[in-house]
Amino acid sequence: MTYHGTFARRAAFVVAACLTMALLAPTPSHAAAKIQHLISPGGIEAWFVQDATVPLIAMEYAFGGGATQDPADKPGVGNMVASLIDEGSGDLDSRTFHERLERRAIELSFSSTRDYFRGSLRMLKDNRDEAFDLLRMSLTSPHFDSADVERIRAQIMSGLRRDTSSPTSLASRKFLELAFGDHPYGRLANGTLESVPRIDVADMKDYVGRVLARDTLRIAVVGDVDPATLGKLLDQAFGGLPAKASLTPVADVEAAKPPQRAFIPLDVPQTVVTFGGPGIRRNDPNFMAGYVVNHILGGGGSSSRLYREVREKRGLAYSVYQSLLWMDHSAVFVGNTGTRADRAGETVDAITREIRRMAVDGPTQQELDEAKSYLKGSQMLALDTSSKLASALLQYQIDKLPIDYIEKRNAIVDAVTLDDAKKAARRLWGQGLLTVIVGRAPQAAAQPAAAAPPAAN
Amino acid sequence: MSSRRFAASLFAVLLSASALSASGAIAQTTVTSAPPATFTLGNGLQVLVIPDHRTPVVTQMIWYKVGSADETPGKSGLAHFLEHLMFKGTSKHPAGEFSETVLRVGGNENAFTSTDYTGYFQRVPREQLASMMEFEADRMTGLILKDENVLPERDVVLEEFNMRVANNPDARLTEQIMAALYLNHPYGRPVIGWRQEIEKLDREDALAFYKRFYAPNNATLVIAGDVDAKEVRSMAERTFGEVAPQPAIPVKRIRPQEPTPAAPRTVTLSDPRVEQPGVRRYYLVPSATTAAAGESPALDVLAQLMGGGSNSYLYRALVVDRPLAVSASAGYQGTSLDATQFMISVSPKPGVEFAQIEQVIDAVISDVGKNAVRAEDLERVKTQLIAEAIYAQDNQATLARWYGGALTTGLSIEDIRSWPERIRAVTAEQVRDAAQKWLDKKRSVTGYLIKDAAPKREEPKREEKRS
Repeated sequence: MTYHGTFARRAAFVVAACLTMALLAPTPSHAAAKIQHLISPGGIEAWFVQDATVPLIAMEYAFGGGATQDPADKPGVGNMVASLIDEGSGDLDSRTFHERLERRAIELSFSSTRDYFRGSLRMLKDNRDEAFDLLRMSLTSPHFDSADVERIRAQIMSGLRRDTSSPTSLASRKFLELAFGDHPYGRLANGTLESVPRIDVADMKDYVGRVLARDTLRIAVVGDVDPATLGKLLDQAFGGLPAKASLTPVADVEAAKPPQRAFIPLDVPQTVVTFGGPGIRRNDPNFMAGYVVNHILGGGGSSSRLYREVREKRGLAYSVYQSLLWMDHSAVFVGNTGTRADRAGETVDAITREIRRMAVDGPTQQELDEAKSYLKGSQMLALDTSSKLASALLQYQIDKLPIDYIEKRNAIVDAVTLDDAKKAARRLWGQGLLTVIVGRAPQAAAQPAAAAPPAAN
Repeated sequence: MSSRRFAASLFAVLLSASALSASGAIAQTTVTSAPPATFTLGNGLQVLVIPDHRTPVVTQMIWYKVGSADETPGKSGLAHFLEHLMFKGTSKHPAGEFSETVLRVGGNENAFTSTDYTGYFQRVPREQLASMMEFEADRMTGLILKDENVLPERDVVLEEFNMRVANNPDARLTEQIMAALYLNHPYGRPVIGWRQEIEKLDREDALAFYKRFYAPNNATLVIAGDVDAKEVRSMAERTFGEVAPQPAIPVKRIRPQEPTPAAPRTVTLSDPRVEQPGVRRYYLVPSATTAAAGESPALDVLAQLMGGGSNSYLYRALVVDRPLAVSASAGYQGTSLDATQFMISVSPKPGVEFAQIEQVIDAVISDVGKNAVRAEDLERVKTQLIAEAIYAQDNQATLARWYGGALTTGLSIEDIRSWPERIRAVTAEQVRDAAQKWLDKKRSVTGYLIKDAAPKREEPKREEKRS
């Protein structure tokens, strides 16, 4: 029986806890302990874990570029490429291409994220030759047939139209604008209602030619295949790509200085609040201190201060969390919650108060110890499936971490002192928040200075 | 719905882990995983152990055979409200202690409620299993509720309702379709409850429901991960084994059933925020538990053929061949104690009338009901379905969910393990018969999602609320 129903539909309510990526365990998982640095005969490199427990192969890979390589006046090109690159390639039209995938239950997908054009491939081990060959075709000879282009364009436009009345989409779009202004990070990867109709095949071909190249490619593979065979498969899939990408340089950027507030009126029962500010880059020596202290403030599920103050004590929200986001050229922290319109002011005040308190006093020693304990233990759980392990191994490469990072990481977590955590808290939250409020809340329109005193209700 | 954290991801489609052999492109792929070990404690608790030794972690899931369809009328949302309140502590372990223990070791936890079951899980390093079992067994009967915990949590649930339903026109349409589809059966009530009833749920309601349904003989414990069935058994006996059964809980859940459907119904939900109109058709169909032999796998195959992916009949007809829609899909949810739904969902392109869409839907259904499907289509679809069973084995939590969900909706372990075999056995004639018999308009509700174009009521008082 399929579980479409019970899980996905009837109860759009069945929900899983999600794991945060990039953290490791006291005892590395069995699989993770055997990461190989594989170099194919043709010189394609990959991080690889051979594991025959389940007869499948999972591969995650990324080309540098992503949405930052969209032309400034046409955001959404990379996203359209990602949606169309598996819609007909080589001598196969879209229908035949999909039939070939489906006949062998091969899962092939692409996405354009902020800094990377990413791909994912999963197959039963016996179908590896077909899977890698279909991947080769999609990367090297996508068709972009006009009927397919218009079909996909209509789907993307439909999504963008939906976004115009979705409070969460409106809030995140506005937050990025507020934080990054005209920098490419200020735009969303899926483009806009104005840009998507203007994207043509030439734009997409140009994007493919500039971005899909071997020099920025990072690959992670986990599964039931031997290294020699995998090397050949990697050459088959990626060997035909140009050696060098020609990427438009992207400037480093600091997110806008808080405090600032924006309000978008929308007639919805629940007001959505997105908040954040400048974060800590992944290569910053204080990154881990920031990561740990963010976990204490807003990242640690039911133990976080925001969860306790906003949800548990006051019943203001179902969901409240905050995470660090790091990019190649910037970093932010960003949080989100949803609350009753008539208590939105109270919610924003409670969040602001907690953030200020953490900036001024930092965490307690006990909070720090517990957060470290969590962060050390959690990675093992993040690496317990082939797909999750492959995603993590790709992320480590993107983050320019060493291949033995899994073994080193606990020491890095342990080295964070209370003083480091306090400094990181001051740096992250000492200036206040960039806040975007979408909803009916009248108070939301108030500027930060006016929002300081607690709400009456 | 989850009580602990932000809505992360919905679980993917999960299928069987059984041994595969013959047929098509996956002929050589044989799954060697042993069947899960199973045993029942003296107090009636069924225990299932699914081994996965790749990583030293373990997943504990306890499934109670109670869901929203078991609520007393007038108390909708109670099963889910109780799920939230189960995190409020016991006399032995005060509020927060269980969760803090999970987090201290890097674990995670959550809970979920559906129409037929309520579940709680933790994922932790393997050496923590005994401690997790002790906590979970303790809260099976030891829950302590105080108004100071219960009332803010009810506000939390109302915000969950706002997030999932009130803010989401699509979800509001689902509520209306389900209410119209089930004339008599409690599946017509939303799992999260009707708002005016959630608002009135209180501590006494929750405790009464808890005492009535939470007992070892009304639960299934699933342990998946780097564990040994023998060890699990002795740990389970020491912890859950100590909890007294409640013989008063009936083994079989008897709910009011649907009359023979007599008339197609339609509902229209209009909301000013609808930017993409939609049409959905739900048919009342048998579940894996209620269906005659072979029927439920035939419906699985039918749903995949009609609406699974870009080569499905509906997608081809509506999105590719005549571009009337931006998307088209179909689904069948077999896991259900009572009669379930076969669903079709289409998003029309701007300017396309619902009638044009429905004409095509009806033509596709009529065609599938008259003509046997092409052998290669059938083969392709079966391969996809069966492959999902193998992909599912990559994830111990997925397997735990899949077994737990099946066992709490009246299926057996054998039903689950033989699922790929039964999919493989589906014939073109069975698919045709299923379409003919079950996709009968009289059995259906069609729901329309449209933009409310009426001029907006004035809201002059809005600004006055400013404090």
